[in-house]
Amino acid sequence: MGNEQKENSNKYSIIIPTYNERLNIALLVYLIFKHLPNVNFEIIVVDDGSPDGTQDIVKQLQSVYGEDRILLRARPKKLGLGTAYIHGLKHASGNFVVIMDADLSHHPKYLPNFIKKQMETGADIVTGTRYVKGGGVHGWNLMRKLTSRGANVLAQTLLWPGVSDLTGSFRLYRKSVLEDVIGSCVSKGYVFQMEMIVRATRKGYNIAEVPITFVDRVYGSSKLGGSEIVEYLKGLVYLLLTT
Amino acid sequence: MKHILKILALLVAISACWIGLLQASVIPESYTWLLPLYFIVSLGCYGVLMVGVGLMQFPTCPQEALLLHQDILEAKDFLKNKGVDVGSN
Repeated sequence: MGNEQKENSNKYSIIIPTYNERLNIALLVYLIFKHLPNVNFEIIVVDDGSPDGTQDIVKQLQSVYGEDRILLRARPKKLGLGTAYIHGLKHASGNFVVIMDADLSHHPKYLPNFIKKQMETGADIVTGTRYVKGGGVHGWNLMRKLTSRGANVLAQTLLWPGVSDLTGSFRLYRKSVLEDVIGSCVSKGYVFQMEMIVRATRKGYNIAEVPITFVDRVYGSSKLGGSEIVEYLKGLVYLLLTT
Repeated sequence: MKHILKILALLVAISACWIGLLQASVIPESYTWLLPLYFIVSLGCYGVLMVGVGLMQFPTCPQEALLLHQDILEAKDFLKNKGVDVGSN
């Protein structure tokens, strides 16, 4: 009963950065509404000027679900992930913020678990982890798994971050915490997610984990090349020196 | 304290122990000189072992892909009925 009362008083702002995700964003919005029937939330789509008509689809979704539930906060061109979150955050009216990818690799069915975990633990951040029981990854070849494990062992050994999945980006933040942490983060891509969680750990915020599964993108392709690995290593050294 | 300082402090502490061992010559000196090498090799082994174990126990979820596929069909159906243009990707 106490939980329900608490749930009623919380509002969750779900920030989703998009670029050319016209089909995925529609499917994602449907699934979010399906899995959060009794929760006060809003979806903030930060679209970086997608040429494929992502914004038109979002407008159609607004007419189905309401303009107060789905906010379109577009930017003129591709300006990067970190600033997309800052941009979305400016328009967020909830006291909690969820960050997730638009490509359906993060399934909205886990959102109730994030909310439940936060209420149980009172955590400042709940982060989704793929590397514990109940979590998992689908659609990665051996090379991708090897890179991921290697990167994780390296980061765990050098940074002692206290969380098992550093580069995952499916997370729930207390809004004030996200505002505090995001301002000091300068990295891009995978490293950005790692920097956020490492800086939050160093600042002494309370971080909880929930298992999530990760199905690599169904429509479109994801990439991990040599340049990403170099960027990751640079990011590791940067975090070692600055946190 | 910056994290690199913690790690450096740890390394200094380990070096201090090593120099102590060299001075005290509790164990034969030729062994003591090899200890840093053993340390580096065991660090490497630890890394390889952790990656290996992680790879063997890598959690996968093929059933999730099927579930997601069903969710996608359901979502498309619903959205089409509501007049949202999900026909082409």
